[in-house]
Amino acid sequence: METSLAQGELVGEMEMDAYRRLFPLRFYERYLLESLRPDTRPLIQCRDTSVALGPVASADGSALAKIGCTTMLAGIKLEVMTPVAESPDDGCIAIEFHMPPICSAIVRPGRPAEVAPVISKQLTDAILSSGMINLKELSLIHGKAAWMAYLDVYCLDSDGSLFDAALLAAVAAFSHLQIPLVSLNDEGRVVTVSAELGEGKSSKEVVNKEKRKLKLTNIPFSLSFVLHKKYILVDPNAEEESIMDSLVTVVLDLSGRLVSLYKPGGQVLAYTSTLKDCVALARNRGKELKKILDDALLDMEEDSS
Amino acid sequence: MKRFQDLNSNIITIMDMERVDGRSPHQLRPLSCSCNLLHRAHGSARWSQGDTTVLAAVYGPKAGTRKNENPEKASIEVIWKPKTGQIGKLEKEYGMILKRTLQSICLLTIHPNTTTSIIVQVISDDGSLLPCAINAACAALVDAGLPLRHLAVGICCGLTESGFVILDPTKLEEQKLQAFASLVFPNSPISVFSKGPLLVEGEPIEHGLVASVTHGAMPVEDYLNCLERGRLATDKISEILRRMQQRFLDDGRTTEISSTQ
Repeated sequence: METSLAQGELVGEMEMDAYRRLFPLRFYERYLLESLRPDTRPLIQCRDTSVALGPVASADGSALAKIGCTTMLAGIKLEVMTPVAESPDDGCIAIEFHMPPICSAIVRPGRPAEVAPVISKQLTDAILSSGMINLKELSLIHGKAAWMAYLDVYCLDSDGSLFDAALLAAVAAFSHLQIPLVSLNDEGRVVTVSAELGEGKSSKEVVNKEKRKLKLTNIPFSLSFVLHKKYILVDPNAEEESIMDSLVTVVLDLSGRLVSLYKPGGQVLAYTSTLKDCVALARNRGKELKKILDDALLDMEEDSS
Repeated sequence: MKRFQDLNSNIITIMDMERVDGRSPHQLRPLSCSCNLLHRAHGSARWSQGDTTVLAAVYGPKAGTRKNENPEKASIEVIWKPKTGQIGKLEKEYGMILKRTLQSICLLTIHPNTTTSIIVQVISDDGSLLPCAINAACAALVDAGLPLRHLAVGICCGLTESGFVILDPTKLEEQKLQAFASLVFPNSPISVFSKGPLLVEGEPIEHGLVASVTHGAMPVEDYLNCLERGRLATDKISEILRRMQQRFLDDGRTTEISSTQ
């Protein structure tokens, strides 16, 4: 008796799985009617989000961000460069987004993912146009030396909302960034000094004693949506993104300015009312993410003290 | 037909804002479009807005889809060729937006398991490049005779430091702007069934946003303002597209049409 019951359940499960694979859109619509999603989330709920600071000891600043299964590792390496003549007080930021083959079944070794350069460009746009980092803070000596910050974001697991997770990891890495001490050597070149050495040798003057942390203003936070008919699905996973193709990403900074509203085509047209809803949802999400980031920073400070 | 002047009549407050080329804030640059220029391609079009010119060619539908594409639908391939140099991140991004925009307007189920290539060659770039390329690609698709749901019309809206919206900025203006948005709207359909505009959630269908890319930060209200202005201007552009189609049906040869006529 028991075995037959179990078999019946198995058959039911098989059928549902088959239905899901054969008619993915209809399968989703059945859920959407009930304002639910197959992973048990309501439509406007984001997946669990966490931020860990400093997972990479060899980088000057690093962070690991997770939104559901989507995992992003961001690392910043600082190098000294000569600033360009037009802006002698400005440092520079170079941002790169990588999608290695381990992140998803779609990415094949040897062939770079199509979306990687696009997300890379989006990240650069969002970070620079929000004005989160004052490039003047990266200056060391006027006209002679400034920091070049290389930010690399690696996607370790690609399960939708890649840009949201990448931006969160990038922002967290910048807030974790510890600028190394540097001094001028006899030939007038900038060399790094380790913390203990710097205190011992007073003959060499440390150039940047007080500027060890960047001051981040107007931090941008983003939230992605998938639009389907009249439904707005917040923080879509990879399956939802592949079935419903109208993706919208809203980036707002903490002062409420719109840093980016990104909609690369899609079947569903976004009307003003939809866009307003998206902006409102993104605003709430920004507050949530800010709290998550602040908590991570607080944890780190407690650990170090 | 007279030039597109004063898309909005109540612009007295911003009349004193001068643009380098003497246009009013909501005035577009002269548009021109010519079709059927390339003989080997199934469809082609050149679209210029002032000094920004883009040439688009359509090849297809060709048999078979690429790997990882759904064979039950037609697949669209966009090849973006910059004026000079290598294909960088910007070109990849523009290529992807163009591809997804065209996917949304094409009826993909009519030619399943086929690939249509759209090659976009930038001839000169003087700002508003992406909208210009979208308009060119659309005109080329019409020229190739592919079945489309509706047309997509691109427009670039800029926001000046003082918070005014200007349309169709040049490269020089783009650099000075606080922010600018490239917006794509569907063209207004003419339906034989209903007299009034088709309404979706109380808004006409041509108010729906197909694609949006923004550069620079701006207040949310200003973005919505940009949307409003952009919509008004796309009416004019979609009219040009429609006239071009009409003209093409009439004589079937290389046709050129411009807003200054």
